[in-house]
Amino acid sequence: MTTRIADRFAACAKKNRPALVTYIMAGDPDLETAAAIFKALPGAGADVIELGMPFSDPMADGPSIQAAGQRALKAGQTLNKTLEMVAEFRKSDQATPVVLMGYYNPIYIHGVDRFLADCLRVGLDGLIIVDMPPEEDAELCVPALKAGLNFIRLATPTTDDRRLPVVLKNTSGFVYYVTMTGITGGAIKSQAAVGAAVRRIKSHTSLPVVAGFGIKTADDAANMGREADGVAVGTALCNAVLGSLDAGKATAGTVAAVTTLVAGLASGVRRARN
Amino acid sequence: MASSGANSLRNGPDEDGRFGIFGGRFVAETLMPLIRDLEVAYNTAKDDPAFIAEMADLRTHYAGRPSPLYFAARLTEHLGGAKIYLKREELNHTGSHKINNTLGQILLARRMGKTRIIAETGAGQHGVATATVCAKFDLPCVVFMGATDVERQAPNVLRMRMLGAEVRPVTAGAGTLKDAMNEALRDWVTNVDTTYYLIGTAAGPHPYPMMVRDFQKVIGEEIRIQMQEAEGRLPDALVACVGGGSNAIGTFYDFVDEPSVKLYGAEAGGHGIDVENGHAASMTGGRPGVLHGNRTYLLQDADGQILEGHSISAGLDYPGVGPEHSFLHDAKRVTYLPITDNEALEAFQLCTRLEGIIPALESAHGLAQVMKLAPTMARDETIVLCLSGRGDKDVESVGRYLGMHK
Repeated sequence: MTTRIADRFAACAKKNRPALVTYIMAGDPDLETAAAIFKALPGAGADVIELGMPFSDPMADGPSIQAAGQRALKAGQTLNKTLEMVAEFRKSDQATPVVLMGYYNPIYIHGVDRFLADCLRVGLDGLIIVDMPPEEDAELCVPALKAGLNFIRLATPTTDDRRLPVVLKNTSGFVYYVTMTGITGGAIKSQAAVGAAVRRIKSHTSLPVVAGFGIKTADDAANMGREADGVAVGTALCNAVLGSLDAGKATAGTVAAVTTLVAGLASGVRRARN
Repeated sequence: MASSGANSLRNGPDEDGRFGIFGGRFVAETLMPLIRDLEVAYNTAKDDPAFIAEMADLRTHYAGRPSPLYFAARLTEHLGGAKIYLKREELNHTGSHKINNTLGQILLARRMGKTRIIAETGAGQHGVATATVCAKFDLPCVVFMGATDVERQAPNVLRMRMLGAEVRPVTAGAGTLKDAMNEALRDWVTNVDTTYYLIGTAAGPHPYPMMVRDFQKVIGEEIRIQMQEAEGRLPDALVACVGGGSNAIGTFYDFVDEPSVKLYGAEAGGHGIDVENGHAASMTGGRPGVLHGNRTYLLQDADGQILEGHSISAGLDYPGVGPEHSFLHDAKRVTYLPITDNEALEAFQLCTRLEGIIPALESAHGLAQVMKLAPTMARDETIVLCLSGRGDKDVESVGRYLGMHK
């Protein structure tokens, strides 16, 4: 098993702060710009990077991430290109954990064994596959774990205490707690509700718990990070990309739009427990 | 029942919701607890005498079952081969087979204490059937419908609104059934506590494919009885159109283990199977993949991105198909063949002129298959076509194709 994820969460815990988990869409708005954003994220304060694999039918994503995926596909992004982005990233960064996030069909079509071998080759640390619940573990989760990749699972408000052990059984790396039911980018629940949920999950597992869905600002990050081991931000980054575009194309300000936002979020997680 | 012996092709799904390699439960964790609850609720309901009695009563007095089996004498004479019977599902209340399923699921939603119903629709037949049962049982209803389909099936949009449903046009993608289903799933993930997703076809995550099949299998069961009365034997061939495939699985299911009965599914061949992204024939022109909660044949590109597909018929314009069809396709039990837009239009006109029955464009695909098949069969052989819906909703768009707006 790769150890970058565990090492990074341990390092953040030592500094008594949550990790900042940032999501970007691979290939948005184009391969070159996305690679530049990717490379710049650790310097801006991202602790863990989720790299979205664009899919034509992202059933659990809100309009912002849907649109980011559409931009990437339109620009010609493929799963192979996404994997190669990671190989390129690893040339300059050996420490930052990178996990792929997306939907199963492109992996299924690529071939599971070939995909897992590619993941290891390019230096990936884990997978978050939205439409792959524990009921389908034999399909991808168990082979991924055997290959030495983390399989990170989402827990949601509908995942009750009876179901949590089922969800956590083959989960590794961290648990991604979706702080609300719904699609990405929706409204955030109260800090107190998230705190209670994080404590509930932590009573079932020693894995780090990352809270996500709905976090947009440094204040959100600070509030949600009080009790969570990490906060995940995705929609806000995709919106930053969108806001920087001119007629759908990257501009000189696109990379900076994302890194400025991430720097702000990074300041948020650093005062979460003050 | 799915218990016809070890060699039966009717044993699916297994406890993981699989028909062979197809089916399954590929959904986000948010939905998983609900899908498990639904499975339990359905398995309890289907053996509950009170549920069975209520279904039977609604089928008889509300939907108008059994639907007639009609001998199409002029079509038979015109095609000069096998005797053609039409299973008149278009005479059901709301004008299609869709009511069979919505009645069953609305009772289930009530049993589960759900207070809001959502649905996706392509041609609008399922949307109308859902809006209808929501009106009857006083539940708020939101129907997601691709913006393209809202336009080409305008009469059904009006019907849904009159029945009190909110129709939400979906502009993502090509604005057709696939996009409507994505949006319905997003709504469901967001409102999972209150909302029941009333899926219209025998696809989606387990238990939907099984449940929808069970609610639709009455079509084939009635055909068996009615053919016995009409001909004293089983039909030689059954034909149905296949989009998601609910009318087809309902027609076929009772005959799957009857080797003498040939089964034919008519897929949407659109502009032709060789035209890239120009058809919606997922089994003829696609390959297995995972979408909308199940593994099944899908139209997709080399990188696993789902294609939009095309069909003149909004109800067949879907890049996937129910998983049990994929299973029956691989088992070579059912022959699935593409029917082009033009062939369907020709069948539409033939049925209208010869029998005085205006079929839905979806059903016209099935009839086009009958037109190919009947002349190759003997005059003492029989074909039953599931005439799944009526074509009132299509007269506007067909009229435009035929240049009748003058």
